[in-house]
Amino acid sequence: MEKVLSRRVGTPNSQSIDTYVADGGYASVKKVLTGGMTPENVLEEVKKANVRGRGGAGFSAGVKWSFLPKDTKGKPVYLLCNADESEPGTFKDRLVMENDPHQLIEGMILASYAIKCRNAYIYIRGEFYEGARILNRAVDEAYARGFLGENVLGSGFSLDITVHRGAGAYICGEETGLIESLEGKRGQPRIKPPFPAISGAFAAPTIVNNVETLCCVKHVIDRGAEWFSKIGRNDKNAGPKLFCISGRVNRPGVYEAAMGLPFKELIYGDAYAQGIKGGRKLKAVIPGGASAAIMTPAEIEDCPLDFDGVAARGSMLGSAAIIVMDEDTCIVAAVRNILKFFSHESCGQCTPCREGTTWLYRVLTRIENGEGRVEDVDLLSRVAGQMNNGMTICVLADGAAAPILSAVPKFRDEFLYHVEHKRCMSGRGAKALVTA
Amino acid sequence: MSHTRYHIESAGEPRRFSAEALARIEKLLKRYPTRQAALLPVLWMAQETWGWISKEAAEEVARVLDLPPSHVDGVLTFYTMFNLKPVGKHLLQVCTSISCHLAGAEGLVEHCGKRLGIGVEETTKDGKFTLVEVECIAGCDRAPSMMVNDKYYEPMDAKSLDALLDRLARES
Repeated sequence: MEKVLSRRVGTPNSQSIDTYVADGGYASVKKVLTGGMTPENVLEEVKKANVRGRGGAGFSAGVKWSFLPKDTKGKPVYLLCNADESEPGTFKDRLVMENDPHQLIEGMILASYAIKCRNAYIYIRGEFYEGARILNRAVDEAYARGFLGENVLGSGFSLDITVHRGAGAYICGEETGLIESLEGKRGQPRIKPPFPAISGAFAAPTIVNNVETLCCVKHVIDRGAEWFSKIGRNDKNAGPKLFCISGRVNRPGVYEAAMGLPFKELIYGDAYAQGIKGGRKLKAVIPGGASAAIMTPAEIEDCPLDFDGVAARGSMLGSAAIIVMDEDTCIVAAVRNILKFFSHESCGQCTPCREGTTWLYRVLTRIENGEGRVEDVDLLSRVAGQMNNGMTICVLADGAAAPILSAVPKFRDEFLYHVEHKRCMSGRGAKALVTA
Repeated sequence: MSHTRYHIESAGEPRRFSAEALARIEKLLKRYPTRQAALLPVLWMAQETWGWISKEAAEEVARVLDLPPSHVDGVLTFYTMFNLKPVGKHLLQVCTSISCHLAGAEGLVEHCGKRLGIGVEETTKDGKFTLVEVECIAGCDRAPSMMVNDKYYEPMDAKSLDALLDRLARES
């Protein structure tokens, strides 16, 4: 497949508006704003393309937009770009923003026009200092060329974009946590309903879309819904997609491919990660960031990497962050590491999550330290089973439970071995891997 | 987010934004429908000005934005990038999340601590280095990944870390 989202990565001065425009950039903004396309036309096109949210949920962006009230009763509509990219294993939005910021800005202009937004924000995680500097420069350039600000290209449509930096909190990637954070509060998710489309930022109708999703919007308007929906396995799992692969592979990185790329192709293909380091055997894979259920080699055998393909095998594509573990990986140590993350990042407002993540981490730590008890293995599943499926305000707890509820049954022997022998089955602990 | 960030240290002296900073804040406020929405950007300004955010700096932020000081403290303790006590000139942030873990990040932290003679969350006596562990910083393809202040250094191993620390030590 030709590269679409990452096409301009590697172009000299790819961040500048001059090279962007020379490559055909902002043509869609001109086409839409001066060519008579109505906001409804844009929305319909995006809906028709079935651009499913690339942040992790896989929900259709066009459908999400259509939840906005027809009459906002004088309230403004806000577009928030979710650039909080914090799901462990995910680094695709960083690539896009650092290399091709105008692609995102163009997508945001088109989306804002479709949903009649006057003020849009890019909520970017605090660690992306460089990304924020690049975006701020790009936003300034777009203002200078008249693509942002009052009366864009003389069309009567006006838009301001503000880059807003987070300050270190995974939960701000959850859309209502992001809204709270933008409002200058602790990023604690809200109870839904009301959904943001009805009452979001500053109690006004709000749409939150991921960076890659908004980039897709630009390409849908460039080339049409039909073009978009023909890329991929079927029209429900369509479009170009950025896959992040990391862990014990020869060539980790971001790879763009059609939605539905065969899982094994990404891990072993010459054009992709080129197999496991040292020719070792595959033990387990996380398909969609740390919140996704861990899969075995047998489960990925014929699995297409798209929303429905991975879901059909009991996990999720999530943010398309594929994390590969080889035969030397200690599953107990890996799962403990993931629970360290979630216990650190739980916002603390729901008891099952705050206490559950903390206790799971502590039990895993004692197993890892050779102080585990046989009954701890089932205790892990039992605790995780009381945290998920609607027990909490947001799905962080579900994300923390998924690695346990998948790894414990799938690698039960390994957990038990760890308890009985007070060491790892694979013979190599995490620390032994240093500088390997 | 972290559950162990409660205490905001005192600077022992009042903090006041400069007239130039106040003008920047006024400009910033035009981008938001509420004063409170400017809290994170203004806290970032405070941290850039003083290197960390003291009790007095938090009070100054509250004063400038007309917010209850308790609200500012609540927000400040929620976000891990705000330093609630002074940090070294070089803030070493080593990622220990899953992809970096698979590349030996814990060993890297250990090596770094030994080399500097400090533990995690500690600062060297000369005030040059502070070592912290951080959660996923989106550098997973170049694991183990770390940041020093606002810059990424990746991938790192014991050797490249030693070289980096030598260079940073010479710098100041």
